[in-house]
Amino acid sequence: MRINISRKKIRDSFVSKVEEISGQNLLACYQCGKCSAGCPAISDMDILPNQIIRYAQLGLKDELLHSKSIWICASCFTCNARCPKGINIAEVIEAIRQILLRKREDHLKIEKLSDEEKSNVPPIAIISSMRKFTS
Amino acid sequence: MEISYYPGCTLKNYAKNFEESALYSLKKLGVEVEELPRWNCCGTVFSLATDDLIHHVAAIRNLIRAKESNSNKIMTLCAMCYNTLKRANERVKADPESLDKINQFMYRENIDYEGDVKVLHLLELLRDEIKLENLGKHVVKSLKNLKVANYYGCLLVRPKEIGLDDIENPTVLENIMTSLGADPIDFPYKTECCASYQTVDKPEIVADRTFHILTSAQEQGAEVVTVSCPLCAFNLDHRQKETVREYPEFKNIPILYFTQLMAIALGCPEEVLRLDLNFIDPKPILKEKGLI
Repeated sequence: MRINISRKKIRDSFVSKVEEISGQNLLACYQCGKCSAGCPAISDMDILPNQIIRYAQLGLKDELLHSKSIWICASCFTCNARCPKGINIAEVIEAIRQILLRKREDHLKIEKLSDEEKSNVPPIAIISSMRKFTS
Repeated sequence: MEISYYPGCTLKNYAKNFEESALYSLKKLGVEVEELPRWNCCGTVFSLATDDLIHHVAAIRNLIRAKESNSNKIMTLCAMCYNTLKRANERVKADPESLDKINQFMYRENIDYEGDVKVLHLLELLRDEIKLENLGKHVVKSLKNLKVANYYGCLLVRPKEIGLDDIENPTVLENIMTSLGADPIDFPYKTECCASYQTVDKPEIVADRTFHILTSAQEQGAEVVTVSCPLCAFNLDHRQKETVREYPEFKNIPILYFTQLMAIALGCPEEVLRLDLNFIDPKPILKEKGLI
């Protein structure tokens, strides 16, 4: 995959927005890869957690906003627990989701689920998925 | 001992077997449990965005309810409620400005929240207040020869600041099972995420995770797996239907709330267990071990 890096992208407000919403210093990451090594969800991800941080540092907004990974992460906090630099990776991924959700770009279309699909899962699942996937 | 109890959304329906077995056990252990009046949903997930205060209101409002009932401590059974309530509590305790704003959001409440309610999970109550040696003394039917894998999932132990045990290798459930006479087995997937709410629109991911978690437990000899979260319970138990479809070699294994096993050991009648709500039938193995 060809990735274009530019000064313009690095200075894009996207980077500061991710840092602000997540409360994390993206530049603290030195790419050890421990977050991805422990992540239980990587087999379903297109961009791995350590790559998400690198992409965010470089302002690769389109790649991140269109990635599958941000919706696969279920905030289990294994990455946060193991990061030697104390970065909360799950919070960074939440910030990227929030950038979309705050534009009302919902990931879960709850109205498209059938009554059967909705009634066959417990309330705790419906509420948490709506909290994470809808605006 | 008296304690306020916060049930949360799923304990009154899908996880009624969790609630009834826990309440039975606490009564046997001499704990008076009072359900919080007018409790509301905690929101199920702690809001991770630094600038999002409004989603902590639901959690903090429940802590006000505790204060209104003259309690400085609330107990949860659900791991997600525990995590959400405790993190929101810690967040406002560490940040008076946020607390002030949240109190302003709730201007119609009669009292302000002041960060003075403690959030406890039943596991902490058993370990730190009731004490496991006392739990052992109340056992009337030992769970001997029952090989139990204990699954913690994510939110009881992570993040570290609110976790109730070691973040990588928690042992409180194993210690409880030992006190009840069971034979706890260790397995490497005990804190691996079950894929949580992905179960709504991506059940195939949950089925895959369930396969790996439960197969690992079975390889170590587990006959049943205990859980302490209604969402983990649903994913590991009900989703076995999808797991078998994806992995035909997979063998079903019963999933029980740890409180169901505790209630058995404390002598409960079978109807308290509400085994009808467990998807993979635990009755054959419980009968084989002489437990029901």
